[in-house]
Amino acid sequence: MYEFVSGPLVWIAFIIFIGGSLYRIFYMLQSSKKEKVVFPHMSLEHSVASLIHWLIPFNNQYMRQRPVFTIVSFAFHICLVFTPIFLLAHVILIDESWNISWWTLSESVTDWMTIIVIAGAVFYLVRRLTDPVVKNVTDTSDFVLLAITVLPFITGFLAYHQWFGTNTMLILHILAGELMLIAIPFTRLSHMLFFVFTRTYFGSEQGHVKNSKDW
Amino acid sequence: MKPTVVIREPVVDDALDQCEARLTEEQIEKVINEVIDKETGGRLWTYINTCIHCGLCSEACHWFLSNDRDVSFAPVTKIKDTLWVMLKNKGKVDAAFIKRCSQIAHTECNCCRRCGMYCPFGIDIAYMILVVRRICAKLDMVPLYLQDTVHSHAATMNQMWVKPDEWIDTLQWQEEEAQGYVPSARLPLEKEGAEIMYSVIGPEPKFLAQLLGNITVIMKVAGCDWTMPATAGWDNSNMAMYSGDFEIMARVERLHHETAQRLKVKKIVMGECGHAFRGAEYDGPTWMGWMKPPIPIVHAIAFYYDLLVSGRIKIAKKVEGPITSQYPCNVIRNAGLGSKLQYIMNEVCEDFVDLIPNDRHAFCCNAGGGTINCGPPWKKIRVQSARLQSENFKRTGAHTIVTPCHNCHSGVEDIVDKYKLGMHVKFFSELLIEAMEIPEDLQP
Repeated sequence: MYEFVSGPLVWIAFIIFIGGSLYRIFYMLQSSKKEKVVFPHMSLEHSVASLIHWLIPFNNQYMRQRPVFTIVSFAFHICLVFTPIFLLAHVILIDESWNISWWTLSESVTDWMTIIVIAGAVFYLVRRLTDPVVKNVTDTSDFVLLAITVLPFITGFLAYHQWFGTNTMLILHILAGELMLIAIPFTRLSHMLFFVFTRTYFGSEQGHVKNSKDW
Repeated sequence: MKPTVVIREPVVDDALDQCEARLTEEQIEKVINEVIDKETGGRLWTYINTCIHCGLCSEACHWFLSNDRDVSFAPVTKIKDTLWVMLKNKGKVDAAFIKRCSQIAHTECNCCRRCGMYCPFGIDIAYMILVVRRICAKLDMVPLYLQDTVHSHAATMNQMWVKPDEWIDTLQWQEEEAQGYVPSARLPLEKEGAEIMYSVIGPEPKFLAQLLGNITVIMKVAGCDWTMPATAGWDNSNMAMYSGDFEIMARVERLHHETAQRLKVKKIVMGECGHAFRGAEYDGPTWMGWMKPPIPIVHAIAFYYDLLVSGRIKIAKKVEGPITSQYPCNVIRNAGLGSKLQYIMNEVCEDFVDLIPNDRHAFCCNAGGGTINCGPPWKKIRVQSARLQSENFKRTGAHTIVTPCHNCHSGVEDIVDKYKLGMHVKFFSELLIEAMEIPEDLQP
């Protein structure tokens, strides 16, 4: 079982993740060509300006207006993306297989980063259940997406601390990670792929076409 | 997903009610799918597939904030209750649903684009609302008064059923009025090759004719070479753009631009109106595939700014007392004229008290985007949902609110009236007439 989920299934997950992502981006670009405005409105200068203002915390008015949400969101997303990439155990696995390795974070740091992701997910869950606006636009899919996102971190945390049977937890962890990879292109987790496009289009339209700003 | 709880006082709108009785589900399905498949593309698809349902847009919306955070007014809810359902059901919805869509898109959203600016992903919610309006318009589900203005555009090429002789007559009358201030002032009609064609919106000749007199004085004092058309094409307003009838929108914009080309002018200067600028500068040219207006369009704010900066008009005596200004969405947030507006205010007024929030973050007057044109049936909820901006006005302690936009002007008058602010509402041209120096050789 372990060999299967950590061998062929990983390949399948990555192929679906990368292939699916490329396909979805390709589809988005193709269907945007149908519209007169999208490509002629794009501008590198204003795209970069928009990204700078929305990828740096507190660099736009709205983020300053909502400090708690801004801190939680940035912490959650930074840890979500960088923990798996710079986790010692992951790098060791890749090193063993392909003899490639890179810089890693210390295990205690990644442990805390994992806790931040889990805590962020709890924050989002509570917000979904209590904020009237968010509650009103929440359906099962929103909970499922949140679960898909946080499961690799919960299982990873449990596996690392060797609670509830390491081997089972490890298999669950790998499965959860693969599930997340497969889900990214085909669910609204695709905001990971599309963020840069929606952001830069709006920034370009506001800056390049409408002479204004989007922050 | 549970349906949104919507509590509204019942509103009788004959056009919506009759359309609801007439529409069949086959028609609805056909039109929805037609619009989604043929008129939208990557943008809508990406927006729908990217929105993570975080609800952050709600904090940007004056409808939501003015109605005690009623979730049914939140921008994301407006998309949930319209497009999400249409897309999920592949267009299989009933007439009552389309009626509610029109209510949401036409009467409860100004397409001011503030929410787009507050969405972390930059999802343009107002664009999606316009897609909903487009679907409604193709199904004839448009509020009665708004549709009446569209009919007027279609029949007379102006918004207010102004007849050709009334138009010319009004201009000549206002030329005479202007000559009361500056005897040599002229309002030149059909002057081919003039530098500027000046265009206005239908309501100016209809019930704000003094503004035409004002501009005649300003043009004379500034020494501008200008003209106005004597034919249809003088009206730069465009309510079809807001109803969703883009075919008529394009006819109106095309005639406006072609009239300027016929007069061989170098630029079009337009009166103090926001949506007219949007239509002539952006929505019209992009829909017709021109992308940019063939002749440059200059909004009154930019025009007055140039006149003041270049010294072509000088201020004799600044207007006294605290004065504030509304920031019209279509020329500030969506055209970047905020700093020019502030410059004019500081030049013309002794004590310019700025709004908070200001510039592109300022709130909408709640009359824009065609909502005020939905008429008396929808006025109560519209003015009630402008409560937030009424508080912002009140805080300034100003005696006058300047509104360089016709929609804002009417909307702010309603706000002043309902919330008993006791403030005057004026256009820039009225302030300029008050404050501007009239050189001796031009005086009576």
